[in-house]
Amino acid sequence: MTTTTPTPQAVTNTPMRGRRSPLASVALHVTLIVASVIAVFPVLWVLLTSLKPAKYAITTDFFKETTLENYTNLLKDTPFLTWFANSLLVAGLTTVIGVFISATTGYAVSRFRFPGKRGLMWTLLITQMFPVAVLIVPIYNIMSSMGLLNQPVGLVITYLTIAVPFCAWMMKGFFDTIPREIDESGYVDGLTPFGTFWRLILPLAKPGIAVTAFYSFITAWGEVAYASAFMVGDENLTLAGGLQKFVNQYGAQWGPMAAASVLIAVPAALVFLFAQRHLVTGMSAGAVKG
Amino acid sequence: MAVDTPSQSVVKAAGESARGRSRGTGKRRGAPKRSFSTHWYAWAMVAPVTVVIAVIIGYPLVRGIFLSLTDANERNVERSIGVNHIPASYEFVGLDNYADALTGSQFLSTLGWTLVWTVSCVSVTFALGLALANILNRKIAGRGVYRLMLILPWAVPGFVSVFAWRFLYNQDNGLLNKILAGGGIDAVPWLNDPTWAKVSVIATNVWLGVPFMMVALLGGLQSIPGELYEAAEMDGANAWQRFRHITMPGLSSVSTTVILLSTIWTFNMFPVIFLLTRGGPGEATQILVTQAYKFSFEVSPRDFAQSSTWGVLILVLLMLFAAVYRRVLRKQGEVW
Repeated sequence: MTTTTPTPQAVTNTPMRGRRSPLASVALHVTLIVASVIAVFPVLWVLLTSLKPAKYAITTDFFKETTLENYTNLLKDTPFLTWFANSLLVAGLTTVIGVFISATTGYAVSRFRFPGKRGLMWTLLITQMFPVAVLIVPIYNIMSSMGLLNQPVGLVITYLTIAVPFCAWMMKGFFDTIPREIDESGYVDGLTPFGTFWRLILPLAKPGIAVTAFYSFITAWGEVAYASAFMVGDENLTLAGGLQKFVNQYGAQWGPMAAASVLIAVPAALVFLFAQRHLVTGMSAGAVKG
Repeated sequence: MAVDTPSQSVVKAAGESARGRSRGTGKRRGAPKRSFSTHWYAWAMVAPVTVVIAVIIGYPLVRGIFLSLTDANERNVERSIGVNHIPASYEFVGLDNYADALTGSQFLSTLGWTLVWTVSCVSVTFALGLALANILNRKIAGRGVYRLMLILPWAVPGFVSVFAWRFLYNQDNGLLNKILAGGGIDAVPWLNDPTWAKVSVIATNVWLGVPFMMVALLGGLQSIPGELYEAAEMDGANAWQRFRHITMPGLSSVSTTVILLSTIWTFNMFPVIFLLTRGGPGEATQILVTQAYKFSFEVSPRDFAQSSTWGVLILVLLMLFAAVYRRVLRKQGEVW
């Protein structure tokens, strides 16, 4: 049973391998280093490229000359900051609303027996199978008839349908690991079910919430298909759509593209740093043991 | 562990739905008032999700199925040109679209590559994720740092990573080819040759997918009590035996869930293909989802009927897969 403590490496869980030979240790470190380099390198390479002046952009020299001109040009010549703000708004709203409604859903499914519960759980799983392609045109029509096309709200609602089913599953699994006695003590003290959920259970579910927030944010921040289909006009685009434009406009100019990529990756990296401590605990309780 | 895995509950839900529903309705009809007063808070808590899913998924699904039975395209759907409103003029064509898709070669060849793509991505990702999770679960210096770096690809927005890879794959100036040139090897047309393009998109998707797999499996590994390993070691079990008889069974519920999820996600993995190759060169890397998207957004006239047909077929295939997967596991005596 996974504990709810934020530190994932409970010492007792780690198999003792005290007798590992030095050779094996070296082999393990080499494997990890190679894997880490592969994991980090593509991103690092983009970062390095973004700091190179245009004439060196496509060379393999690392630090011949560094410059911030790619960044300044980017901010000066394109509505990058507008796109960025749009994306931040959409992803932020998706995260806040997504976490809240997947937490309530997860809690209800974890604690109560109610008619429709099984159907709901089944629906949440099936929802994951829906291909973008079958939904995108009808959702486009709905949004257009509700006047939500080109509005951040339209994208937020759409992203919620992508993020929430998985998040609700994870939260359900996470709540399952919190003992029911805590709920009961809440009822004894006269709290309503909502009060118990809000004041007692939610504070205990921080790792689960961190993972859910991370997942919702990343989903909304990096989504491309809906964003490019629903949003038009320079001032409404999110980063995904904006970057597409950018590719057409600048063609093979790798420098500005790299700078844009770095700036786009920053908020995601911040959310990641905040959440990563909880990722293993949260996932193991949620997605995994459900 | 008294906790249901998602899969367990889903199976229960699936298995009992028919039975459960009739029983449930009977009860509810008998005492609607009491049912409401007992359950209103539970319903209130799931209401937002239910409403959003019903409106944004339920309606589009019905609509998609409907469109797949018509010959709707850009020229005959309801639309407005300036002030003129033109009503829909498409016609009901029954199952013709399905017959066309299933007898024509385009759907089947795309499906073939989609299967290759899904199976290779999921199996390689799972193998790498399992290996890395096992290493990270040991006591090893710098474990936290390694873990942070290995999860990184997950934290980077998909279109940024895909851009990074396009940059590396670039035939004339990409770093990969420069390194090869340094070794005296001719440039590889990573994204411009059908076979290499397939290898490249799979490699990129594996790179993107490993962190999720690793984190999930690491969580699973950490829930296996250390005493089991100690006991096995005392009994003289070697590393392989410990892995085979403790780690593998301990991970089975995690594995079944992540493999199911990751298969579904990979099958529908739109952004990687769309942004890396746009399905090209030719149609070589087009998977079902990207092709369906192409029908409704990139061909002229935009073919909504065909697109919906492919979408519905994707959904049917995935549901069949989930059902078969479940049954096979049950036959093998897995708990769910």
